[in-house]
Amino acid sequence: MTSTMVEGTPVTAAASLEAVDVAAWFGSSLVIDNVNLRMQPATVTALIGPSGCGKSTFLRVLNRMHEAVPGAQMAGEVLLNGEDIYAPGHRVTSVRQRIGIVFQKPNPFPAMSIADNVTAGLVLTGTRISRHDRETLVEESLTRAGLWNEVKDRLETSGSALSGGQQQRLCIARALANKPDVLLMDEPCSALDPMSTRWIEDTIRELGKTMTIVIVTHNLAQAVRVSQWSAFFLADPGEPGGIVEQGSTDQLFSAPQDPRTADYVSGGFG
Amino acid sequence: MTTLHERGDAVAASEAPVAPVARTPRKIRRLTPDDWTSLAGALLASFALVTLIYEHLLNLSGVLGYLVCWYAAFVVVYATVLRMANSRKVVIERLVTVTLYLAAFIVVGALLSTVVYTFAQGFHAYIHLNFFTHDMTGVSPTAPLSQGGILHAIVGTVIEVAIAVIASVPLGIGTAVYLSEVGGRWSQSVRTVVEAMTALPEILAGLFVYVVLIVYVGMPKTGLAVSLAMAVTMVPIIARASEVALRVVPNGLREASEALGATHWRTVYKVVLPSARAGLATATILAVARGIGETAVPLITSGASSFLNFNPVTNPMNSLPLYIYTSYTTHEPSAVTRAFGAASVLLAMVVVLFVVTRFLSRDKGAPR
Amino acid sequence: MSTSTPETLEPRQSRESRQLDPGFERSDRIFHKASTLIGLSTLVLTGAIGVFLGEQSIPTLSHYGLAFFTGTRWQPEIDKIGIASVLVGTAEVAFVAVCVAFPLAIMFALFISDFAPRRIKSSLISAIDLMAAVPSIIYGLWGFFLLQPKAMDLSRWLSQHFGWFFLFHVDTDPNAAVWQQSRYTSSVFIVGLAVSMMAIPLACAVMRSVFDLTPLGEREAAMALGATRWGVVRTVVLPFAKGGIIGGTMLALGRALGETAAVLVIISPAYGINFHFLEAGGQTVSALIAGNFGNATKAQLSALLTAGFVLFLITLAVNYGAAIVIRRSRSGAATEI
Repeated sequence: MTSTMVEGTPVTAAASLEAVDVAAWFGSSLVIDNVNLRMQPATVTALIGPSGCGKSTFLRVLNRMHEAVPGAQMAGEVLLNGEDIYAPGHRVTSVRQRIGIVFQKPNPFPAMSIADNVTAGLVLTGTRISRHDRETLVEESLTRAGLWNEVKDRLETSGSALSGGQQQRLCIARALANKPDVLLMDEPCSALDPMSTRWIEDTIRELGKTMTIVIVTHNLAQAVRVSQWSAFFLADPGEPGGIVEQGSTDQLFSAPQDPRTADYVSGGFG
Repeated sequence: MTTLHERGDAVAASEAPVAPVARTPRKIRRLTPDDWTSLAGALLASFALVTLIYEHLLNLSGVLGYLVCWYAAFVVVYATVLRMANSRKVVIERLVTVTLYLAAFIVVGALLSTVVYTFAQGFHAYIHLNFFTHDMTGVSPTAPLSQGGILHAIVGTVIEVAIAVIASVPLGIGTAVYLSEVGGRWSQSVRTVVEAMTALPEILAGLFVYVVLIVYVGMPKTGLAVSLAMAVTMVPIIARASEVALRVVPNGLREASEALGATHWRTVYKVVLPSARAGLATATILAVARGIGETAVPLITSGASSFLNFNPVTNPMNSLPLYIYTSYTTHEPSAVTRAFGAASVLLAMVVVLFVVTRFLSRDKGAPR
Repeated sequence: MSTSTPETLEPRQSRESRQLDPGFERSDRIFHKASTLIGLSTLVLTGAIGVFLGEQSIPTLSHYGLAFFTGTRWQPEIDKIGIASVLVGTAEVAFVAVCVAFPLAIMFALFISDFAPRRIKSSLISAIDLMAAVPSIIYGLWGFFLLQPKAMDLSRWLSQHFGWFFLFHVDTDPNAAVWQQSRYTSSVFIVGLAVSMMAIPLACAVMRSVFDLTPLGEREAAMALGATRWGVVRTVVLPFAKGGIIGGTMLALGRALGETAAVLVIISPAYGINFHFLEAGGQTVSALIAGNFGNATKAQLSALLTAGFVLFLITLAVNYGAAIVIRRSRSGAATEI
């Protein structure tokens, strides 16, 4: 492994992401432990489970956003195409560019126009792009996010003047424009109305054909609708959270092996 | 399918149960060894470069110029070294970080130099006990430092501030209560005016009191006049900081009190104000720290006496800032040293007040 | 089903809410009235300052008229006074102070909010607050005794190499073997440096608190895209904090305009409009008033009070403007005030 990474080179084939024995702390309290998960290329992996089990924490460990919180620590390895992203040679900023994330609450940059929001990732990572390529990229990203038709006439208006669902799709476009290898999504639809949720699920299914996606969701039906692989997180009171069972979505939901999984997916708690 | 999981199950089943190993977190280092060597190397290289050419090639002199040249050379060298191994955005990030560190050093350095210099220059004055126990009656400015002292100035400052606090606290906290608890049509205007008044130049407060009390009412220049002028400056500061302290009191407390049937006044007096105690105290102390350092106010409204005076209504009262200024203007060496001595006492007071406010805020457990 | 002549249904009356009497007790009515009075007292106080100072200005203004604002000399003995040069001097000192304070304040504020190691952040905030609490006369003494000798060398260097530029010109030969030190002391430049020590913490405190209020969601969005710390600052923090930056600078300007003690200690009073910042001599409104107050006759007193009134109007306008700018901005909407 070279000690310096060349940044910003997109991988054309979908990448694989693997968590090996990941644990995470906030301060001195251990919130997740023993998490092993292989997220296959060109697959949508869903992380399900009741709230407070560490799903979001685990997600943020995957793209090194966890350490941005003061006092947060982690252990274990996260392998992107076989390389540990936490190894000393990797710059955290280039890791984050390669593993994109869409947050639960849409956060477009209010001081920028829609077009500028889409290309914000490029500006922030110092990637140069010609004007023509920029226009192509904006159109392509917005189309992939399912937003192009609604905003193509007002690309220069402010990013915060859109509805919640549109803002979230803008954030997806922004993440996609950065050409990440993997896309993480932290309950992307929980703050949205059903119509927008439908739109975004369609987008996720479409993207999942060519990208590796990991989505945290509370909505069991959504997990069934969009994902091919699922991991069920659980935390006993006072214990760190972890994966109880994982498998193909069909199998996990129709024939779960662990009684706790069966209980959860049948709506017994959560 | 679930190979990992099945494998894990199989492994767990086959092995004897082991006691769980306590996990230790990974140390994530943001800066690589390469980063540190680049920094050190650039520092040394620019240092050597500037040392060589400064005096000889550029024919300059002076420490300031040297430092500026060193910084310029360092930026160039560091940027070049970084660019070889990192992308443009990392280079810019590093350069910005270095510049910000430099700015921080300059600002903190200036503050430290002020504090240290004051205490150092005043040393020969306050080393004498008589500095604190005598006043300047009968002592000329040129007298040696073993004679005379600033007792009258210290006493003057303390008394004047005490009166100012008595005058300004009710008005200041009362305004805060109005803004936070009562409100009304005028609250926005009052708030904006309070905000603007916190920045009123102290000399105008002095002039105002001078015009009203000394010209119209005919009061002589006494300690009371100084106190009132101080109060004029202090009221907006207390009002603004107290309003913040009151606003932070959780609404649930007010609702609980009113649900029990308390009147609005009782709620404010018995529930809200006590909860905000620390914040109100901090507000007052901040205002006091501001008030005791005012020089223009006593210049305008007080005479500089040299004798000890406990009476704020008759005869002029000296105070520390006034004493500092009048001693300084004589330009006599021992008077100037006394001025620095008084400045050290004043500075020490401010620092102590400051530490008290930190202590009060920390006690509440609310970090800034 | 009935058809013709349908009974016209009464349109449903929309419900109106009941007007409730809050039923305040007498003690509360008194409390509210008293509280409002106290609140208004601040307005009254400000107005009173304006009125009393303004009233005292009438004799001067009626005597000198507009010449008061255009005259440059302050020689009451021969009945020639005007605050033009003093106003210019005040502006010059404030200009130097803000020019020095603005970059240092914004850089230090950014340092505290985004670049400093987290452990020392609260210590740095305390340092700024302490810097603001130090009495101005102490900065004056520091400026005169410690800073001035060093600044003199800098002044001389500037006038040596850039003396052709009017701001840096000094009326003496900077290249002389024995250069006239006294021409470089007590200048607007050095006073401005001392005043900046008071302006920096004021601007820095406002800017820093505004930087810290940047919404976490936007910061995370930038970080998650792979931005460096400077990238996050550039795209998210600075645009958000625009109002706080401008407002903080305006507050610092207001402070610099009204500063008295430090100016008194350092400046050597000189009247006459020139823009030679590095040259000895100058005067500001507050130093003029404070310096001449002691031995002023009744007429001179009125003139000084008029100058004070002018200062009052200027600083009130600047500080009021600063408060509005901060409140109207996006960052202001999130601040506590």
